[in-house]
Amino acid sequence: MKKDIILAGVGGQGILSVAAVIGLAALDYGLVIKQSEVHGMSQRGGAVISHLRISDKEIYSDLIPEGKADMIISMEPLEALRHISFLKPGGWIISNNKPFVNIPDYPDKNKLYEELNSFPNSLLLNSDELAKKIKAPKSANIILVGAASLYLGIPFENLENGIKQIFGRKGEEVVAINLQALKLGRELAGSSA
Amino acid sequence: MNRKLLLGDEAIAQGAIDAGISGVYAYPGTPSTEIMEYIQKSKFAKEGKIHALWSANEKTAMEAALGMSYAGKRALVCMKHVGLNVAADAFMNSAITGVGGGLVVAVADDPSMHSSQNEQDSRYYGKFAQIIVLEPSNQQEAYEMTLGAFELSEKYGAPVLLRITTRLAHSRNGVDLQERRKPNEISLPEDPMQFVLLPSVAKKRYKILLSLQNEFVRESETSPFNKYFKGTNDKLGIITTGIAFNYLMENLSEGDLTFNVLKIGQYPIPIELVNKIYNDSEEILVLEEGYPLVEEYLRGLIAPSKKIMGRLTGEVPRDGELNPNIVAIALGFKMETSFEPPDFLTNRPPALCPGCGHRDVYKALNEVMENYGKQKVFSDIGCYTLGALPPFNSINSCVDMGASITMAKGAADAGLSPAIAVIGDSTFTHSGITGLLDAVNENSPITVIILDNSTVAMTGGQKASGEGKIPQICKGLGVEPEHVRVVEPLPKNHKLMVEIFKEEIEYKGVSVIVAQRECIQTLTRRKKALIKSKKITVTK
Ligand SMILES: Cc1ncc(C[n+]2csc(CCOP(=O)(O)OP(=O)(O)O)c2C)c(N)n1
Repeated sequence: MKKDIILAGVGGQGILSVAAVIGLAALDYGLVIKQSEVHGMSQRGGAVISHLRISDKEIYSDLIPEGKADMIISMEPLEALRHISFLKPGGWIISNNKPFVNIPDYPDKNKLYEELNSFPNSLLLNSDELAKKIKAPKSANIILVGAASLYLGIPFENLENGIKQIFGRKGEEVVAINLQALKLGRELAGSSA
Repeated sequence: MNRKLLLGDEAIAQGAIDAGISGVYAYPGTPSTEIMEYIQKSKFAKEGKIHALWSANEKTAMEAALGMSYAGKRALVCMKHVGLNVAADAFMNSAITGVGGGLVVAVADDPSMHSSQNEQDSRYYGKFAQIIVLEPSNQQEAYEMTLGAFELSEKYGAPVLLRITTRLAHSRNGVDLQERRKPNEISLPEDPMQFVLLPSVAKKRYKILLSLQNEFVRESETSPFNKYFKGTNDKLGIITTGIAFNYLMENLSEGDLTFNVLKIGQYPIPIELVNKIYNDSEEILVLEEGYPLVEEYLRGLIAPSKKIMGRLTGEVPRDGELNPNIVAIALGFKMETSFEPPDFLTNRPPALCPGCGHRDVYKALNEVMENYGKQKVFSDIGCYTLGALPPFNSINSCVDMGASITMAKGAADAGLSPAIAVIGDSTFTHSGITGLLDAVNENSPITVIILDNSTVAMTGGQKASGEGKIPQICKGLGVEPEHVRVVEPLPKNHKLMVEIFKEEIEYKGVSVIVAQRECIQTLTRRKKALIKSKKITVTK
């Protein structure tokens, strides 16, 4: 068992908490992980990426080789495409469709959607809206994790445990809301699969 | 067994805690910052058993650590690679004085310059100081090497350099932990003259350091961190240093390679092991995360008879960090990627936060500078360096911490007028104060704008050592009190700022404008914490 996941987004969008939920779930399931993060300059609103590697054997490289990622999970559509060279043929793209526009020359979003939809295994979710609908505006990322959960190779209950570990110290309410977001993402992916 | 998921930086921090340190000294800098931050959060620091506070700069950190070591206790110093330039005087001479309690200097290099001005390789500093250097390939080794570094430091009475690079510093992996060693009690050097580097003493101490060199090499030959794997195929011998080993193994597990491999994690370079792989192999490939240090040694001035490949011969790129793909190509593997990003993607560089006071300063400064011509603003390192990029394009230099003031002075000496310096509060206390004194002593016609956001913002909001003291420091240095102006950079104060900037630029002596407003990031965090602790309530 080996899953290589690229997490992409803009500094401040919370890709590290997504990485933490999946990473802890993998550990909870008895797998090993390596997770490389971006700290520093680009966290100031720049493009950020995290490499999350999950395996049942020792993992050597902290970085995923290009062309070998099983999945890209992105907090926004432009960043999903930025790291596309990491994706292996048949790999999954799971992305929030809401553009994060903090640059003057943000590309035409329809061109982004068109490009993303040209991949056989891509799932674009309006997770911002969905999160607002379930009154969990901060949990858009967790909806993406839920959607990704079908293809992660980690049992759903371990992901739930990951959520409990990450959000536990913020109180039961926050845990419950995020569990709901996780489930919603899972259902959406299930119905479009 | 106790197992923890740790960043490379955190593994070093945990290793230092478990090695029984009594203090850690550091100035923040990516990718080293998390070492100190981790120790600060530990219960030992909270109970006051480990001194863990930020220093004004890397030199003061290095010296304080040396002082703790003098008093017999173990100390860790951490910094980013360019920080070692600042600490270099203390660092180089600590190799001559030697140490009391174990002294480990953890330096994080940033190949590919993700957040840095250069990609200098700190292993050269280890060689320069003639001390042992350790370079982990993974988080477990980072932990074990830190423990080992303190042992080696006390065994030889010499400081030890621990070098990591960005990818390891900021990557998480499980680490098995050991029992915490007991910290040292206070003890003083047996020889009261040991640390008095008068020439007569220094000559003796230097000979002691030189006499240790063979021992250091012997340690390397038998170190558990240097391993030779004899393969079955002698066509190629591969020497890796640090994290390069992982990228090699990533590729080996793909194909079924059987070449000879020498993994180096401890320096001085293990001479016998290198000779072994050289003699066993027809050709040598060197994979190093950093400059071609080992490769240059191997090649020497008179090329050896066998082919040596690496960064100097083009099999590996001359600059930048390694990755699995670069190593695959160096091994002659075909790399195929299936997808390329479409060409309509645009870059997303980092930018100043919305609501940041630096923005208001640059807006005002740009308006004022329209009357004075372009390229007259020297600046420095921090979030505010982003003012060099559009839409501001306000500043014309960023070299090393503190250089804005001194470069403005030099340019003013040359006749440039006006000569403006823009510097952050932490950068000012790090290395700007001495330069301002130079300017005051000559009453140089420069205008210094100090962006005082009360924190070290760029590296994540650490405590700034000049918090609340900046105007006082400037006056204390001798800047005329009426030319130390304080403004609050807010859009509503735009006009006022423009006026004050103009007035002070027109003054032909040293003037300082302190733009004081809290960093928007730390402010938000502080407010959240207050709301959480119910000290304030929000009314909607
Ligand atoms: C010698 C050296 N040490 C550390 C760093 C890392 N570093 C870059 S900017 C910065 C802090 C700047 O803080 P400040 O001057 O207050 O500006 P701010 O980011 O808050 O705007 C640090 C620590 C460096 N580049 N060089």
